[in-house]
Amino acid sequence: MTQLAPVEELRASVLVDGLVVRFGEVQAVAGVSFSVESGEVFGLLGPNGAGKTTTIRVLTTLLRPTEGQAFVAGHDVLREGLAVRQSIGYVPQAISIDGALTARENLEFYGRVTGVPKRERAERIDQAVEAMALGTFLDRLGRTLSGGMLRRLEIATALLKQPEVLFLDEPTLGLDPTARRVVWDRLELLRAEAGTTVFVTTHQMEEAERQCDRIAIMDLGRIAAHGTPDQLREQFAAASLEDVFTAATGGRLEEGGTFRDVRASRKRTSRLA
Amino acid sequence: MSVRVESARAGWLERAVRPLALGTGRLRDGTVAMGWAEVRKLRHDHLDIFTRSVQPLLWLFIFGTALQNNRTLSGGFHDYRAYLVPGVMAQAALFVAIFFGLGVIWERDVGQLQRLLATPIPRLGIVLGKATGAGIRAFAQGLVLLVVVAITALSIRWNVLDIIGVFVLLLLGTGGFACLSMILASLVRTRERFMGIGQLVVMPLFFASSALYPIAIMPTWLQVVAHANPLSYEVHGMRELLLGISAGGWLWLDFLVVGSFLAITAVVAAKTYPRAIL
Repeated sequence: MTQLAPVEELRASVLVDGLVVRFGEVQAVAGVSFSVESGEVFGLLGPNGAGKTTTIRVLTTLLRPTEGQAFVAGHDVLREGLAVRQSIGYVPQAISIDGALTARENLEFYGRVTGVPKRERAERIDQAVEAMALGTFLDRLGRTLSGGMLRRLEIATALLKQPEVLFLDEPTLGLDPTARRVVWDRLELLRAEAGTTVFVTTHQMEEAERQCDRIAIMDLGRIAAHGTPDQLREQFAAASLEDVFTAATGGRLEEGGTFRDVRASRKRTSRLA
Repeated sequence: MSVRVESARAGWLERAVRPLALGTGRLRDGTVAMGWAEVRKLRHDHLDIFTRSVQPLLWLFIFGTALQNNRTLSGGFHDYRAYLVPGVMAQAALFVAIFFGLGVIWERDVGQLQRLLATPIPRLGIVLGKATGAGIRAFAQGLVLLVVVAITALSIRWNVLDIIGVFVLLLLGTGGFACLSMILASLVRTRERFMGIGQLVVMPLFFASSALYPIAIMPTWLQVVAHANPLSYEVHGMRELLLGISAGGWLWLDFLVVGSFLAITAVVAAKTYPRAIL
């Protein structure tokens, strides 16, 4: 278990200490510790089945850890779940927009369920629409939107509450390079303007290298490497983050994920493309 | 000193009452938001209500007409089709409610469930919101059915308070069965398996109830099952309100049983529902 320095703890938006998650005999997360500073873009990388999504689910209070502690925006995920949920925005890997509602209705719905006060809701929706450039398709049903539009809309719905920490699980999965660029530009703007901490999981190494201040690479439920992209390249004497990833995960072929996961992931990718 | 004691008491009271008020507010907001979303979805797909209304009309005007003069099935009431109205209204709502769980599995597969569970709405608010959604669909279907009943001049009582009572029972019952459906959905992995389980639940609930015939004509063992079936109470109450006939029970008991059914299934569903994402 990594001992975190008090100063680091004080500045941390996310603090994970000795996190263990077991599903029966299977240990999905095996004693993970790391911290994410306020206003940072933090990337959690790893092959399928490494424990990234499980870690994010603990941090968003969807799962209870078996052992260890985790704090988000200063709140204990175990004891102060509600306070955590009030402080975060979360966009899961799968499409979370309701296809039977229009883009505007989705914004209104998430404004309501995330507790945005009624008197501020219209203004916040306008701000999110502007920030994510949604103006042209606000009245279209969710199921008619393209992949890039969907992701921007999802992020917009997560911004309504003006979260302290924004969790994005594979935000650019299945998007073409232009749509990816738009999503990252908007996130960068958000960080610059609101100081939001962005916690992201991704498979796109080049993207992680370019966008993340710090990166943790998970493998077999543990943190295999941790640092800034420059530090990691130096530590592994690698030319690119992709080489770091291969070295840190032992160059094994990915074997994680069940049939259901793979089917869902492929469906998602084809839907977003 | 007394000021200090009073201040301490006020502080204790505030500490005790404030979270309760906040929790209740969040529960209300969450339920209203989920219900609001269902109404918006219905507005985009209003044809759905009419296509779903076909089945109860078939029961009423084909099954009911075929057995129109059968006094045994109608418990002595002069028109079996009118006797069937509350039964088919509740049955159509039961179908909507039980297959609402399919939506939970779908939402889990597409990611909406994870997203909802990571918002500050209490789990009970999500469940009650979904139940409200099912209730709204049942209400719309019931309304279409009553319009057809009015056009065809079937002999039911057109008393405003009675009709309101019918819809309250329908909403409570549909909400209860929708919660039951969510409990089942949290236990199964695939939509295909849920379809099988849904059929397994719907058919006994429907046939072992007073929806199509009086409980009194059933064999004793089936009467026991029918008396344990909340759908029997829902239909019994609706029949008493719409036709003015009772099979011997009390109207207040019908409301109590159906309301309790909703309360129990909602609490259980709020506990089991988050398991659906595992």
